[in-house]
Amino acid sequence: MAIELRGLRRDYGERPALAGVDLSLAQGESMLVLGPNGSGKTTLLRILATLLRPSGGEVRVLGAKLPGEAWKVRGRIGLLGHDALLYRDLSARENLRFHARLHGLRGDAAEARIATLLSAVGMERRADDRVAELSAGMRQRVAAARCVLHEPELLLLDEPDSNLDAEGRELARELVGPAEGRTRVVVTHDPERLLSEADKVLRLATDGSAELSEAALR
Amino acid sequence: MTSEARSATPPLVRSAVAFRAILGKDLRAELRTLQSLPAMALFAVTTFVIFRFGLDRTQLSGSLAAGVLWATLLFAAILGINRLFVAEREEGGFDAIRLAPIDRSALFAAKAAALVVYLAAVELVVVPAFAIFFLDSAAALPPLALVLLLADLGLAATGTLISSMAVNSRARDLLTPLVLLPLAVPLSIAATGALEPLLAVGGPGYHRFGTWLAVLGLYDLIFLLVGYAVFDFLLED
Repeated sequence: MAIELRGLRRDYGERPALAGVDLSLAQGESMLVLGPNGSGKTTLLRILATLLRPSGGEVRVLGAKLPGEAWKVRGRIGLLGHDALLYRDLSARENLRFHARLHGLRGDAAEARIATLLSAVGMERRADDRVAELSAGMRQRVAAARCVLHEPELLLLDEPDSNLDAEGRELARELVGPAEGRTRVVVTHDPERLLSEADKVLRLATDGSAELSEAALR
Repeated sequence: MTSEARSATPPLVRSAVAFRAILGKDLRAELRTLQSLPAMALFAVTTFVIFRFGLDRTQLSGSLAAGVLWATLLFAAILGINRLFVAEREEGGFDAIRLAPIDRSALFAAKAAALVVYLAAVELVVVPAFAIFFLDSAAALPPLALVLLLADLGLAATGTLISSMAVNSRARDLLTPLVLLPLAVPLSIAATGALEPLLAVGGPGYHRFGTWLAVLGLYDLIFLLVGYAVFDFLLED
């Protein structure tokens, strides 16, 4: 299993953001996470990304028990969230180079990978502009490239289409869309478009409850 | 390079690569934006002007000279320390580093190194300005550089630790000096103790100079080790 959750809880003070989530997601499957604002979607993604500690329950990601074994899976996860994780004062290429080094990619192989990804998201002409000078949509394209730079096994995508135009959505989909062996968890407010590529759907509610179902339209 | 090959890279090598990447990123961003260095240097030089007219003295020596120089550098350093983790906080750097398969102490080491570079760069401007304002000879400057280098190392270790904690607070600008200054008291005593004989009337002397250097070195060692030991926990949610 790529992801196994048993009774996952996360509280913010007295308020439960997640009040007992159970689910299993096999390697290569995609899951949509739906729910209104404040229902814990981003919290769930951050726990899976090892960035947030659960308050209770059991969490296994790529075989590692979190939070204790988080070090085993760092580097195997790609996160595309609300923050692009890009430094405004560096160019798109410099940002990708920085992330590549953090993930152990160096030299010509890293430069080639960066050039390929920048081209894949249609950013080769603006690659050397500072991120501060890019539009929100362009930043999201670079963030999509950053997310898959190290070829992660698990993609955690929090509204991956936000700020993207139609062309950007298509280019980003090429990078972060379904692929063989790649497990994906996708938070979205637009399930109609993404439902066709999902295996499971997790619906979260504002009281912290969760309901898992098979994706009927697959 | 496959992910298997990357994970086979020795952890020390990965940390060294991450250290260089983070340090290089910080220095490049600072050179591009000049958000910290000019403010630190301008603050220090302005403070010398205030001391010059406030004390109504054209020459300082001994403990007074040491105190004026060190206090000015310490308060100028706080400006840089306050901004040290702002980009990580506001632009997602903390998350990026926590997602990477690296030892997080690489971030501590890189930030402390960046701070040492900032302080050294500021001192290249500020110490000659101090000499012009208050000294009648530049003979003390070479040994003074050694004292400041050791003091900078300690200040960078402590400052990096405090800054990483304070950056998540809305009262960051207040919290950093409030926590840092008490921790910097031993450093200040040792730094001014070492500077005092160097700035004595009639040229530099070396009375107990070695002892104070040893105290500075010990302070550096303790806070570098403390930073290395606790920094990982500070990055947890």
